[in-house]
Amino acid sequence: MNQNLYHKLGGEAAVNAAVDIFYRKVLSDDRISEFFDDVDMESQAAKQKAFLTMAFGGPNNYNGMDMRRGHAHLVKRGLNDSHFDAVVENLAATLKELNVGGDLISEVAALCETTRNDVLGK
Amino acid sequence: MPKIRYQGTHYDCTEHQSVLDVLLANQLAIPSSCRSGQCQTCLMQAISGKPPAAAQQGLKDTLKTQNYFLACSCIPQEDMEITLPDASDLRMKAIVKHIEKLSNEVVSICLQSDVPIAYRPGQFINLFRDENTARSYSLASLPDQDDCMQLHVRKVPGGRMTGWLHEEIACGTQVEISQAAGTCFYAPGNMEQPMLLIGTGTGLAPLYGIARDALSHGHKGEIRLFHGSMNRDGLYLHGALQALATEFANFRYFPCISNEAVNDPLITSGHVLDIAMQQHGNLSGWRVYLCGNPDMVKAARKKTFLGGAAMNDIYSDAFIPAQA
Repeated sequence: MNQNLYHKLGGEAAVNAAVDIFYRKVLSDDRISEFFDDVDMESQAAKQKAFLTMAFGGPNNYNGMDMRRGHAHLVKRGLNDSHFDAVVENLAATLKELNVGGDLISEVAALCETTRNDVLGK
Repeated sequence: MPKIRYQGTHYDCTEHQSVLDVLLANQLAIPSSCRSGQCQTCLMQAISGKPPAAAQQGLKDTLKTQNYFLACSCIPQEDMEITLPDASDLRMKAIVKHIEKLSNEVVSICLQSDVPIAYRPGQFINLFRDENTARSYSLASLPDQDDCMQLHVRKVPGGRMTGWLHEEIACGTQVEISQAAGTCFYAPGNMEQPMLLIGTGTGLAPLYGIARDALSHGHKGEIRLFHGSMNRDGLYLHGALQALATEFANFRYFPCISNEAVNDPLITSGHVLDIAMQQHGNLSGWRVYLCGNPDMVKAARKKTFLGGAAMNDIYSDAFIPAQA
């Protein structure tokens, strides 16, 4: 948790503002949409919200094991570095759309980076 | 793996097996219909053991606290002793007051319950034919304006309920119904917000209730209702909706036919979702209601969301056919 970053981004309100924009972007991105195209859009959106909270440095209970377990079925379907990069790219574009400064976007990207190996099961 | 105890007997659960799967595999009679956590027909109660959260999704808080759960969505995490709900607690008697043929395939059935039940137009009730056969029907009526609860029932070829509802029941027949459930209804507030309603077949029933509910609350924003049918006969509220559009300047009705030649300038030819989306490229700020065919509803949720509608502004009810 990075309280300073979370606070600077605007906390929960920022997460709420970002979640629809971000989810719309990943669903429209042919490189990764298949991983997000869930029958239950609401539960997918809830997952995106949890992810954004974590990426923004907000309160979360994620640990490395959860990340591995939660993404194992996607890794089996071929989830790899290029998909991870695309997600981070969409997140950066979302923040840019919300007029977040480049330095904060870099901090968010760096925070995402710490989860890469767990997400991809490496 | 956890065990479940039902009527004094223990049953083993295998991994990923729902309580409903286990009971049905043991030839036990448990009411069920959609088997995907929507219709609430397979409602059961845990006497001991805690139902997982996923098995309580969509239930009223009062039911959750009493450990009611949906058997089809319950993969037990611990040993559970379970029972079917006491029918007298959750089911009510109602009388058929009125039956009206709306088209060759759809009848309207009006029910009056002994004790008035609280509901919002667009929610659904389960109607029981017998102990184990029930189906969900959406409410097209308004509780404060209409005397009865109105359902639109389509004939399903070979359907177990259909023959009974279309041919056997008559005015005065007593039936059993559940409490109303579901989250697809009009919530007053944000009165200027434009609303897009898209439905196929009897998905019109909840939408008709929702549109009238919004109008009777004095909703100011534009309300556009798109109704899709294979053929002209399926536009079963054509007259009533045209009348509603005449009465309210902010209500518009768009009938669509997908599978038959159209020679009426007021009716558009094509699939209802395509037509609605062609006319609404940008849904940012709109409230959206989607009801009827599950494939249409699924596609429409995605298209309207990508079109700019906020996730929280999209309400839907997919009419999942009963599983054999």
